[in-house]
Amino acid sequence: MTDTAPLPNASAEAGTDSQVAVVTNRSSVSERVLSIVIPIFMVLLAIAAWQAHIMINEVPRYIMPAPLDVVTALFTDWGTLSPSLLVTLRITFMALGLALLGGVGLAIILVQSRWIELALFPFAVILQVTPMIAIAPLLIIYMPDTQSALLTCAFVVAFFPILSNMVAGLKSVDHNLLNLFELYGASRWQTLIHLKLPSSLPYFAAGLRIGGGLSLIAAVVAEFAAGSAGKGSGLAFRLLESGYRLNYPRLYAALVLLMCTGVAIFALTSLISWAMLHRWHESALKREN
Amino acid sequence: MRHVSKLFSNGTLALKDMSLDVQRGEFLSLLGPSGCGKSTALRIIAGLGAPSSGEIDWPSSQINKKGLPEGDVGFVFQEPTLMPWQTVWGNVYLPLRLRGVSKRDADPAIMEVLASVGLADFTKSYPRELSGGMKMRVSIARALVTKPKLLLMDEPFAALDEITRQKLNDDVLRLWRETGITVIFVTHSVFESAFLSNRIVVMRARPGQVYADLPLITSAVRDENYRTSEEYRATTDTVSRALQEAIMRGAQAK
Repeated sequence: MTDTAPLPNASAEAGTDSQVAVVTNRSSVSERVLSIVIPIFMVLLAIAAWQAHIMINEVPRYIMPAPLDVVTALFTDWGTLSPSLLVTLRITFMALGLALLGGVGLAIILVQSRWIELALFPFAVILQVTPMIAIAPLLIIYMPDTQSALLTCAFVVAFFPILSNMVAGLKSVDHNLLNLFELYGASRWQTLIHLKLPSSLPYFAAGLRIGGGLSLIAAVVAEFAAGSAGKGSGLAFRLLESGYRLNYPRLYAALVLLMCTGVAIFALTSLISWAMLHRWHESALKREN
Repeated sequence: MRHVSKLFSNGTLALKDMSLDVQRGEFLSLLGPSGCGKSTALRIIAGLGAPSSGEIDWPSSQINKKGLPEGDVGFVFQEPTLMPWQTVWGNVYLPLRLRGVSKRDADPAIMEVLASVGLADFTKSYPRELSGGMKMRVSIARALVTKPKLLLMDEPFAALDEITRQKLNDDVLRLWRETGITVIFVTHSVFESAFLSNRIVVMRARPGQVYADLPLITSAVRDENYRTSEEYRATTDTVSRALQEAIMRGAQAK
């Protein structure tokens, strides 16, 4: 798993750093406007090209719907799609929350002693390397209901990057700072709270961003494997169902919702890591030259 | 701190039967070639790593569970060793915070010590916004905020440029005079030790031992004039010679 994930990209965020803002001049303001306008324009352009392609080549709706059909489906089928969106969102965020708690908690326990790490790490690795889609059907049998099976799948996938990033973070504390804490007679607890946890925040941020994306993907993949139906079904089921019924506009609408959810999670986790790091960490700062 | 003596020898022979008495209020420099165990000696005094044999006697009655006199030791590392996620204020607060002093109670002491190192205007800055010399000042302020009786400095200015280093030397000297603190200063610079100390202990390597103990009795005021004075030159000559001999002995032992 990618536990050496790239740390937050600075260029988009550093513009609001107070230090940089002081020297902001007109050219960098227009640069900032462009940095927002260009991506939006490109996405709109791609959508327009899609619409043009459908209209010019007269592609039938049951093969590929036009963007306008998708938007229409988004509104007309909102009654079907929105409960599914909520189900998927709930599983994703509950899984991410549990993965954060479990990952950080287990990482703290693991780094307490080499023996604990040796004893527990194999289980974490085995859980991680086992393809989730292969064990999803089993989980559906073992778990009391489908929802908790999906939750477990998403949790297992999101858990490991957070765990391994946190273990790396907790272990790479500046040795001189550790000496300093020892010198002042800091307790284990104080060292953890005031030194180890803050200094592993950049690693936590990386784990959070990976885990956030993975928990959504896992929630969808698990539902595909589970093939759940009925009122408790998420967006993945709506995808399958629309596919069977050749209702492609609705299928695309469900896809768009999933994409938007993914982008929103990415934005949220980026914002959180920016809020944690922009004051001090290199990854969230603009180079000063 | 009337009479501190310590005696230790290390398994890898970083130090062999090294004994040293430090007088209260002294500015003592430990000078020697790299690898002579001067940093090791300082760390053992600070309680970072126990000596393999021998012991350290403290005159104070109040000894905490780590064998250090309670709150009596400040340590300045080779690097500034600041927490990048804390402001200057937060970094200096750390020693007090670890003792459970509240922010409000700690503030006067922190502001006072920051003013004494000339950083009163930078309390809200983060370490990355400071120059190397300023970071070192924060580190010194942090070491002094508990009002220790003994300040240990481990080549604190080795990574700084000459001009910044001289400025910080002046400041350390001023703080030493003002507070009457005992300082043990590890360095590999003859000039730095001659300028700062009133006693220089030259160490040799392989094994790390005290080679020469040079008390410097000088009445001269140590300012810019002292740097170019005849007396300073004579002192550096003496110290250089002792250091040269110490290095030779270490090389022969190889």
